[in-house]
Amino acid sequence: MNVWVLGLVLLLAAAAAVWTILMIVRDESPPSDPYFALLGVLALALLGQLVGGLIALGMTDREIEGVTFVSYLFTALLVLPVGAALALIERTRWGTGVLLVALLAVAACEARLWTMWTAGG
Amino acid sequence: MASAQEPRPSGDVDLASGPGRILIAVYGVFAVAATGRSLVQLGIDADRAPLAYGLSLLAAVVYLVATTCLLLGGRRARLVAIVACTVEAVGVVVVGTLSYLATDLFPDRTVWSHFGQGYGFLPLVLPIAGLAWLRHSSPSRVG
Repeated sequence: MNVWVLGLVLLLAAAAAVWTILMIVRDESPPSDPYFALLGVLALALLGQLVGGLIALGMTDREIEGVTFVSYLFTALLVLPVGAALALIERTRWGTGVLLVALLAVAACEARLWTMWTAGG
Repeated sequence: MASAQEPRPSGDVDLASGPGRILIAVYGVFAVAATGRSLVQLGIDADRAPLAYGLSLLAAVVYLVATTCLLLGGRRARLVAIVACTVEAVGVVVVGTLSYLATDLFPDRTVWSHFGQGYGFLPLVLPIAGLAWLRHSSPSRVG
């Protein structure tokens, strides 16, 4: 597990979360294209983390429950497009709020991944 | 999904629209988390804590049912959702209390142990929010 990738993911998720809160407060919906571009960058970082995480899991001697670890890697990546789809279907601030839930889920996955990785070593 | 914006003829608020979306999103995340957790636990080491893992599976089923009913809407789904949220509320309180009092019953954690501490106490808040939304969105003849 690369701590820099994890840091990048958390940084992007935090930036997106702040942006999401601003949109909810200003009642801007659906989210703008630049916002979705940011989500895209975050998704790319998560994809990189998924690939890197799988390689790291394959090479490590740490005692890590592989199935759980891999499912967190996948969940972190997949929760974003689902949230984005819901935000586009429901074009109110509630729909935008779903994105905040999705970003929190990403953060929760990252926290679990990191706990598993460090506890396993 | 396209009809989500249109008001129902009966004046019934669509369960899946507005604040309901957030609820569905959170319930969806918990359905995935609880199902994944219980399947992994039961698949890898079912004998270690049968009660705790069985409860994890029950929690998973309840979350899945609640998510589905909130998505479907309608009278029957609403009733099932009320039952699911109630089971959830009772489950989290009972399991939460037992996990403090009878620690030997729970050698491993479940979604509901310690009132959902591992999940930011959301399992405790979620059924209350669910019931509140069901009540708020219900047509006057049912609520």
